[in-house]
Amino acid sequence: MKEQEPLLTPLHEEHLKLKARMIPFDGFDMPVQYTGIIEEHFAIREGVGIFDVSHMGEIELRGKDALTFADYLVTNSVTKMKDGDIKYSPLCYPHGGQVDDLFVYKIKDDFVLLVVNASPNYSVKDYDWIIKNKGNFEVEISNKSRDYGEVAVQGPDAVKLLEPLVKGEISLKELKRFKFIFGELFGKKILISRTGYTGEDGFEIYSFKSEDIIDIWQGILKEGKKFGLKPCGLGARDTTRFEVCYWLYGNDIDKTVNPIESGQGWTVKFDKGNFIGKDALIKIKEGGISRKLVGLYIPQGGIPRTKMEVRKDQKKIGYITSGNYCPSLKKVYAMAILDLPYTEKGIKVDIAIRNREVEAEVVETPFLPPFNKR
Amino acid sequence: MSNKVIENLYYTKSEEWLKVEDGIGTIGITDYAQDQLGDIVYLEKIEKGKKLKQDETFTTIESVKAVSDVKTPATGEIIEANVKVIEDASIINKDPYGEGWIAKIKIENKDELKNLMSAQEYSEYRKE
Repeated sequence: MKEQEPLLTPLHEEHLKLKARMIPFDGFDMPVQYTGIIEEHFAIREGVGIFDVSHMGEIELRGKDALTFADYLVTNSVTKMKDGDIKYSPLCYPHGGQVDDLFVYKIKDDFVLLVVNASPNYSVKDYDWIIKNKGNFEVEISNKSRDYGEVAVQGPDAVKLLEPLVKGEISLKELKRFKFIFGELFGKKILISRTGYTGEDGFEIYSFKSEDIIDIWQGILKEGKKFGLKPCGLGARDTTRFEVCYWLYGNDIDKTVNPIESGQGWTVKFDKGNFIGKDALIKIKEGGISRKLVGLYIPQGGIPRTKMEVRKDQKKIGYITSGNYCPSLKKVYAMAILDLPYTEKGIKVDIAIRNREVEAEVVETPFLPPFNKR
Repeated sequence: MSNKVIENLYYTKSEEWLKVEDGIGTIGITDYAQDQLGDIVYLEKIEKGKKLKQDETFTTIESVKAVSDVKTPATGEIIEANVKVIEDASIINKDPYGEGWIAKIKIENKDELKNLMSAQEYSEYRKE
């Protein structure tokens, strides 16, 4: 099979100009770092940073049944959302494993925007799944992943930086977490939400024309100078999300992991109408789970990486889903899916790191509380 | 991209350097290697007294994003490990040819050094 050419975001040239180190990621050629992952990590935790997240997918649902169809697709309840509300939800298969995890943006009763993870060929996996399940719903489904541009501006100074720049229905200071507004930034029409994937305050900014995101990126870099804003790559995106234990699809969750065992149970609403995966998830909930996603602390001996085996008395009891050095905590942690008897806090397990066994302890998650819980 | 080369050191294709003084070799990784790894956060403990063959892996370096083996450029016995770097591996990023040295080895066979690259040869190899 011929290898596919990587896709480029509208900001690709900008990354090259900034001498970013580029890597292939979910079918895209993306910046992993500009100056250094740890430096970029602290820009987000203590100041402000900007990410190119134009690789994320956007799928629009329009029509009379937009909201009820979204409610059928996802496990969370979305029918009572108000215009301008955002909800996080898994998107499940009938067996309860996950197609993806996503954000539902309710624009109005007949217009819902789904923001999904990047996957090869502009998130066509999500799009195909949604099309396949359309049934008799009166809804028009369009994959706009190619058209939207997106940047995330994250960190305690994000609001100070963006508030004077964004013209919208309300001031960004008034915009609450998990809400969005339409507005204008550097003369471009945008949608801006108070959301993010870093555990810090911040915003995600969408342009409806992909090339508009270039002026927005350049403008924010320029205006951000006085705040010490740094462009940040996928490396810092991973360390910041990992410290606060936000799931990464493809690592911590996937088609083999259901939301009950992953700790996403709060997003599964059994008291709403029918949704894909409902029967399976009821059975899982009633029968009890056999394994669970937990946090591990590794006092010494290396960094566990995805898919490494976790053992107790030389017997396999699970696997690492994510592991890294946490720059804000200066310690090494991991997330792992372990057999239920080994998921109590304080239990000691071993991780097979290459040819060695390294001791780890089950600990509470998140490793670092998100900004509003510190 | 960072890619400093220091004179009077031996170099390997696997990006280690070796400084030889009075039959003792000091081993480290190149500036290029530290730059490619990015933020280094961990150096695996090194066994003193361990006898190694040229090209044998004796420790592992981990950065936030990657893992890399460190091989000895010469056969011999490890006589010292840089404890400072084991405590704070980021020193390797800051000073790969100085404070960031990794281990010292008692060189067993000087003839082997001809298998290594000189600073000039290494510079050319890096350009390829």
